[in-house]
Amino acid sequence: MTITVLRPGPLALVQDLGRPGHAALGVPPSGALDAPALELANALVGNPADAAGLELLLGGALLRADVPCVIAVTGPPVQLKVDKEPVYSHQPIELKAGQQIRIGTPKTGLRVYLAVHGGIDVPQELGSRSTDTLSGIGPQPLKADDTLPLATPELTMFAARNEPRTSSTPGPLIIRVTLGPRDDWFLDAETQLSSGEWTVSPQSNRVGLRLSGTRLERSIEGELPSEGLVTGAIQVPAGGEPVIFLNDRPTTGGYPVIGTVHPADLPLLAQARPGTTVRMTLDVRG
Amino acid sequence: MRVLPYGDRAVLIEVDTLDQVRAVHSGLLGAKLGGVVDLVPAARTVLVTFSRPAPTCQVRSILESVDLTAVPAAAGRELVIPVHYDGPDLDLVARTAGLSTAEVIELHTSAGYSVAFTGFAPGFGYLTGLPAPLRQSRLDSPRATVPSGAVGIAGEFTGVYPKSSPGGWRLLGHTELTMFDARRDPAALLAPGDRVRFEVAS
Repeated sequence: MTITVLRPGPLALVQDLGRPGHAALGVPPSGALDAPALELANALVGNPADAAGLELLLGGALLRADVPCVIAVTGPPVQLKVDKEPVYSHQPIELKAGQQIRIGTPKTGLRVYLAVHGGIDVPQELGSRSTDTLSGIGPQPLKADDTLPLATPELTMFAARNEPRTSSTPGPLIIRVTLGPRDDWFLDAETQLSSGEWTVSPQSNRVGLRLSGTRLERSIEGELPSEGLVTGAIQVPAGGEPVIFLNDRPTTGGYPVIGTVHPADLPLLAQARPGTTVRMTLDVRG
Repeated sequence: MRVLPYGDRAVLIEVDTLDQVRAVHSGLLGAKLGGVVDLVPAARTVLVTFSRPAPTCQVRSILESVDLTAVPAAAGRELVIPVHYDGPDLDLVARTAGLSTAEVIELHTSAGYSVAFTGFAPGFGYLTGLPAPLRQSRLDSPRATVPSGAVGIAGEFTGVYPKSSPGGWRLLGHTELTMFDARRDPAALLAPGDRVRFEVAS
C-alpha cells in the first residue's frame, strides 16, 4: 500500500503534529506549521488528528495512488485534478489505483496539506514522522519517484466538505503578541511592537519567519547566556529586525526575545507569503 | 530569582548561577506539575512549557520551596566517553594552559563532569566540571565544519559534537560513540543531570 511522488513541487515534506517534549535533549518540536489545516485534512479522511500527511510548499505536486485510497487537500484554496478531472479541495477525494492527483499552486497562502486515509506510515523518530529541517530528524524532503507507505486505516467515517479558512483577506496580517520574557532589554517594547510594521522576508522558512522593516531598539546591548525558546518567540538579533520562531526552531538561543505570538495566530504565520505586511497588537489577556 | 512571562503557555525562571539552575530544575522535576511539555535548563534559566495556559501561581509557590543554596545530588545516568586525543587544537590548548599535551589529556580525563544543559543541536550536552587550566575561549574564527564525534572545550564547558556542523570550540580529540540517533532508544546519550567521564580510547 503506497502512493508515489511523481513530482514533489517546491518542497514536499512528511509532517504530523511533531515531537514536542524533547527540548531538554536539544530536539526541536517540528510538525505541520499550519496544524489546523493538517488536522482538518485528517478529519476529512477519517484519520486521527496526529496522522502523518504531506506539507506542500506552494502546492505544485503530482502524486499517484498505487492502491485505491481516499485523500483530502486543505490549507489555502487550490485547484486539483484527478487525472484530467477537476476536483475540490477541502473534501474527501476517492482515488482508484493508478490515478494521479495534480495539486495546483494556491493563489494565496503558502502551505497546502494532503492527508491519505490511514496516514503515511514512514518510521517514527522520537514519536513523530515529521521532517525537522533544522536538525535533519525524520524523512528527507520528498523527491520524484519516492514511494510513501500507507498504514492500514482503522476508521471509515469521512467528514463532510469544509470551507477553506478565509485567511486571504487583503491588507496587513495583524498578530496578537504578549510581552516577554526580555522586553526589558528594549526601549518601550510595547510601543515599538504595536507601532512597528514589517514584511515577511523571502528568507523565511520552517525555522523562523524573518521580518524586514522596523528595527527594534535595545536599551541593553550584548547577548544573553543562551536560554530556552518557544514556538512563536519573537527574537531580536543584533540588526534589530525580528525573527518569529516556527516549529523547526532551535531549542535555545542567545538573542533577547521581546515578545511571544499567541499560539492561535501561528497558523496564519505559516501561510504568510514573503511580502505580506505584518503588524502586531498587544494581547492584554496574556 | 525572577519568573518571567513567556507567552501564555510558558514561564522562564532566571537565576544567578548554574548551581541554582540545577536546584530549580530538580525542584520542578520533583514537583510533578501537570501539563508540562518541556523543562529546559540553560546557563542561567529554566524554561517550563505547558500544553495549556501556564499555571504561573502554582510555579511560583513551588519555587518558594526550592532551596537555591542546596545543589542537588547528581541523579542522572553515568557515561564514560572514550576519546582519541588527536584534535587539531590540542597543541594550542596545551600552549595556552602552559602544559604539555600529555598533561592536558591527563587533566581532561581526570575530572568528573555533569550535563548542565543541552542545546545547539540534538544531543549536544554542555558539560561542567572542566579543570581551570582548560577553561579557554572559543577559536577566533569558527570552523565551517567540525566532524561528528569531535570533543571540544569552550569557556567553562566541554562537550562532544553529535553531528557534523560549524563550530568554534577548541578540539581536543574525537570519540567513536554516536552521541545522538533519533532512531535509537535512548536517542541521546546525554541528558541534563547525567554524569560523564572521559577516558583515553584504546
